[in-house]
Amino acid sequence: MRHIFSKKNRALLAELVRTDFKLRYQGSVLGYAWSLLRPLLLFLILYAVFVRMLKIGSSLPHFPVYLLLGIVIWNFFNEMTAQSLGSIVGRGDLIRKIRIPRWIIVLSSSISALINLFLNLLVVVVFLVANHVDLLRTTLWLPIILLEVYILALGLSLFLSAAFVKFRDINYIWEVILQAGFYLTPILYPITLIHNLTFQKIIMLNPMSQAIQDARYSAVTHQSRTVYQVFNGGIYALIPFAIVITVFIVGVTYFRSQSKYFAEEI
Amino acid sequence: MDDIAIKVEAVSKLFKLPHEKQSSLKSAFVNILRSKKGYEMQAALKDVSFEVKKGEFFGIVGKNGSGKSTLLKLLAGIYVPTSGSIAINGKLTPFIELGVGFNPELTGRENVYLNGALLGFSRKEMQKMYKDIVDFAELKRFMDQKLKNYSSGMQVRLAFSIAIRAQSDILLIDEVLAVGDAAFQQKCYDYFRQLKKGDSTVVFVSHDRGAIENFCDRCILVNDGEIIETGEPGRILLRYNEVTLDQIADAEKSKELNKKKRWGNKNIEITDAKTVRNKFAPNEQIEIKVSMKSHKGAEKPVYGIVIRNSRGEPVFTTNTKVEKVDTGLVKAGEAVEINYEIDNIFGNGSYTVSPAVANEDTNVFYDWRDNLIKFHIAGWDNPHTEIHPKHNISLKKG
Repeated sequence: MRHIFSKKNRALLAELVRTDFKLRYQGSVLGYAWSLLRPLLLFLILYAVFVRMLKIGSSLPHFPVYLLLGIVIWNFFNEMTAQSLGSIVGRGDLIRKIRIPRWIIVLSSSISALINLFLNLLVVVVFLVANHVDLLRTTLWLPIILLEVYILALGLSLFLSAAFVKFRDINYIWEVILQAGFYLTPILYPITLIHNLTFQKIIMLNPMSQAIQDARYSAVTHQSRTVYQVFNGGIYALIPFAIVITVFIVGVTYFRSQSKYFAEEI
Repeated sequence: MDDIAIKVEAVSKLFKLPHEKQSSLKSAFVNILRSKKGYEMQAALKDVSFEVKKGEFFGIVGKNGSGKSTLLKLLAGIYVPTSGSIAINGKLTPFIELGVGFNPELTGRENVYLNGALLGFSRKEMQKMYKDIVDFAELKRFMDQKLKNYSSGMQVRLAFSIAIRAQSDILLIDEVLAVGDAAFQQKCYDYFRQLKKGDSTVVFVSHDRGAIENFCDRCILVNDGEIIETGEPGRILLRYNEVTLDQIADAEKSKELNKKKRWGNKNIEITDAKTVRNKFAPNEQIEIKVSMKSHKGAEKPVYGIVIRNSRGEPVFTTNTKVEKVDTGLVKAGEAVEINYEIDNIFGNGSYTVSPAVANEDTNVFYDWRDNLIKFHIAGWDNPHTEIHPKHNISLKKG
């Protein structure tokens, strides 16, 4: 494991990411522009429905940007896990015929998602400026919050991609979980919309809720309700982080135990 | 250990063979509930041990499905052995096939870099080698085209040009010669010759007898997951011949039985035919017994056989008429057995026997059974000849 980032592995990782990126928008007229256009268009739809028509979130300052940041972070989580899930099976041709570290394949698909995240964050910055959002000092926390999301998503990706080799139902199950997660996470609605305090607490235990609310708190508005506030700073506020660490450890352990048999099981 | 490149000790590899498609959670649960295994284990390799010395050109021979490729994948570290151990002493190529990871949607150039990365080269190193690779593959004009527009020969050339750059002490080569034209094969041969001169260790799997004989120092013959012979290539290839013949024979026996043709009015019926054994060694007398049963009386019937080679060409025919054997009168209900004794001058291979019986003038056939039985010849040292008549070669000098 000492050679994880050896020169060879880094070169291979870079080449796989490059290939991924080249292939992604191949044959489309706008090409890479879709990386930016896609979240933008999605945002416009949600904005029209939730802000203009349903008038949700009028109590929060800068709600459109607040909404956008949440969507961008969720999309990153969604895209990374969904793509990584099929990455090992999708690269079966390599795995069956060449000895390369298996985790590089999952890592390369996660990096593709990361690149997209950064492009999307550029869009967020544009909206931050356009909405005259004051730059908050807490914005410095944003990278750390994103790192937390990445670690959670990586743990899940490793677990799901390894499990998918054996059980091909996983992708459908995961699709449903993501769909449910999208509504159980306060992305489209402010968490304050839920009046039952117990529900509010349960929802905030989800690391994605915690991360998205924290990200909004740190970069958009201090009126974003964080897990710390929901639990009044109790020890329970640490549960989301404990979940992230557990998921990551389980994911890595399971992947390591299974990766030896990928070649024969795919 | 210093002069050993690869040491394989008591390696077995078992594969799970699912009974039905069970890669879904439901069937996994159902199987757990019924406490039934959804698979059976199949041994692809059984207790295999061998050593490859440094600098050796080592061949693995065996028919399809015998476990050669599994063995190579174990050596490459793509599979892990179920039991036993494999020790590799030196840097090993990570791939066993050409063009792994080639993507048809990428251009030739992009594929070169991708493939290079898979072999462990950095982009910088690849940039240095790029021109050589393209020149060697003779594909300069095509490098900016997508790979899907390449012919298969061009793809192989490109893959080969990249693969030979791999700097490793031990190379694993699987069936490269199966593809590509004569010119490409020549390039392969040149490369092998170069490898042989250098001090790389090569493990080589091929069906190409010529290549095995020319390049390999030592071979193993793998059959049904076991090493059945180790030694110098010539002997291994002979033994391989015998093994494949046996297997072809078994597989074809049932197939042939269905395909057999038969005609005649059955006044006299051919009930059975046998050879004294299934396989004849050189100079062993071939004996064939054909049993008949007569349903109507017949005057001087003619009994005969046709022997055909594996291509279906008749190589020998005989009958009682040309050999002037008196067959006399056959009464209704009588059984007759005809015995043929033939000198074995036939070359290695499999042969069929078609017995027949006809009237005295051979214009009415009582019974003809095409390719009724089969026998094999194996063991001749010279495989390049169809027949082995007794002969002498003498020299006179001066």
